[in-house]
Amino acid sequence: MAVTTYSGAEQYNFEVVKKFAVMSLVWAVVGMFVGVYIASELAWPFLNFDSPYISFGRFRPVHTTSVIFGFGGSALFATSYYVVQRTCQTRLISDGMASFTFWGWMAVIALADVSYMLGYTQSREYAEMEWPIDILIEVVWVTYLILFVGTIMRRKQPHIYVANWFYLAFILATALLHTFNNLAVPINLFSMKSYSLFSGVQDAMTQWWYGHNAVGFFLTAAFLGMMYYFVPKQAGRPIYSYRLSIVHFWALAFMYMWVGAHHLHWTALPDWTSSLAAAFSILLLMPSWGGMINGIMTLSGAWDKLRTDPIMRFMIVALSFYGMSTFEGPMMSLKEVNALSHYTDWTVGHVHSGALGWVAMITFGSLYHMIPKLWATKMYSRKLIEWHFWLATIGIVLYIVAMWISGITQGLMWRAFDEFGNLQYSFVETVAAMHPFYAMRAIGGMFFLTGMLTMAFNIFMTIRQGKRENAALEGKLASKLAHA
Amino acid sequence: MEILMWLSKPENAKPLGLVIFFVTFIGIVIYAYGSKQRSERLESRGNIPFLDDEEDTKDKQ
Repeated sequence: MAVTTYSGAEQYNFEVVKKFAVMSLVWAVVGMFVGVYIASELAWPFLNFDSPYISFGRFRPVHTTSVIFGFGGSALFATSYYVVQRTCQTRLISDGMASFTFWGWMAVIALADVSYMLGYTQSREYAEMEWPIDILIEVVWVTYLILFVGTIMRRKQPHIYVANWFYLAFILATALLHTFNNLAVPINLFSMKSYSLFSGVQDAMTQWWYGHNAVGFFLTAAFLGMMYYFVPKQAGRPIYSYRLSIVHFWALAFMYMWVGAHHLHWTALPDWTSSLAAAFSILLLMPSWGGMINGIMTLSGAWDKLRTDPIMRFMIVALSFYGMSTFEGPMMSLKEVNALSHYTDWTVGHVHSGALGWVAMITFGSLYHMIPKLWATKMYSRKLIEWHFWLATIGIVLYIVAMWISGITQGLMWRAFDEFGNLQYSFVETVAAMHPFYAMRAIGGMFFLTGMLTMAFNIFMTIRQGKRENAALEGKLASKLAHA
Repeated sequence: MEILMWLSKPENAKPLGLVIFFVTFIGIVIYAYGSKQRSERLESRGNIPFLDDEEDTKDKQ
């Protein structure tokens, strides 16, 4: 190892962090490209080219899996390994296990994407992988849990920093959710096809218990872990209130588990179940905003960084979107609002304001902070980070505004009656009304994808620059030693 | 067994659950904000991410 390299490289296992960080960008490009493609298919259906492999139904889980588990998941593996080592001041307990989680997770995403295109799915949203892939996920995830807990147990720092609590809650909850949601019976050992152990409304409830907690623990708690480490680091000051982070953690961890049934308002699910879920969704606003305020107020006294530091801007805008979507979510969980919003594009817009605005933006900010440190260099181009920020922000705004208009229009048209009490609009009329907004959404996605490509290029050049600098310094040192 | 039967009735389980969770939550809030000394100690934990910063500087040199 070169002497000029970041000395943590010897103390810590950064190899696995680097691999996950790079693959996170690769999956982001793949997943976002597929996202733009399927959005374009909806706007311009000829793009289906009559091929089943790239039809919306098969391509949609390729998009969600690649972005949630490929991009988001890899970024979480990378940052959790980085944060746990640096805040516990110890190395991961096993390099072999760390490497296994990397190759295992990559295999999961690749196999899942290919199997969807071939038509294999268990039709559970965000858990479409068939049973052999589910078993692989289980093995990788348990290894991840052992590695993470083992590293925490070996810590040199007596206190477990709050970011690690959030990461641990995410790992534990995901293990639980994945296991119970995927209980299924394969039709035989050599077939990919399986049937869920649950049926009817229980099946739906298990699915949404999983689905919303995937949002709660995978896409929220874990990224809050990222926020609690990288926002203070980038701001150069400790988190606004550590005590608030403790209350935030416990309130969030307790309340999220109850809210899944708000996805099933006005269905065969008992009424009290979805009412309970709605009540918890409203309560959830408090810890969510507590966390958002904690993150944003960390900049208190250094607001000028928002003007001068594009990475900080990514993080603060991410927190703002987090605040916005955690207000919108509880509002949509109210039965009366849900009666209008459910099954419409409003839901799609809401998900993307959280996924692009919160998850992706906080990840971009964190990766921009972490990657130069891993390769002991500086970002190749600050200007490109600025460009990325604006492309991403414009993309998100176009996307969610399009979906708000489209969704509310759709909901209102579906429920409109004429003077005789008949439905005023046919289904196809609602589709025609949505068309301009589908085009607008696809364009928003193109902006976001362009920003992502800008980032990928900037990071590629940064890594190359880091390697060159290290090689040059190593050369200098070698010649000095030779002359000594 | 009798306790289980008692718990199986929603009119018993609901208020019990409410009391348990409310008391736990208040306990956490008191833990976090109750004592000045503990508050100071907890707030000092916020510096953990900066503890290995020296290495960064050292490396750059």
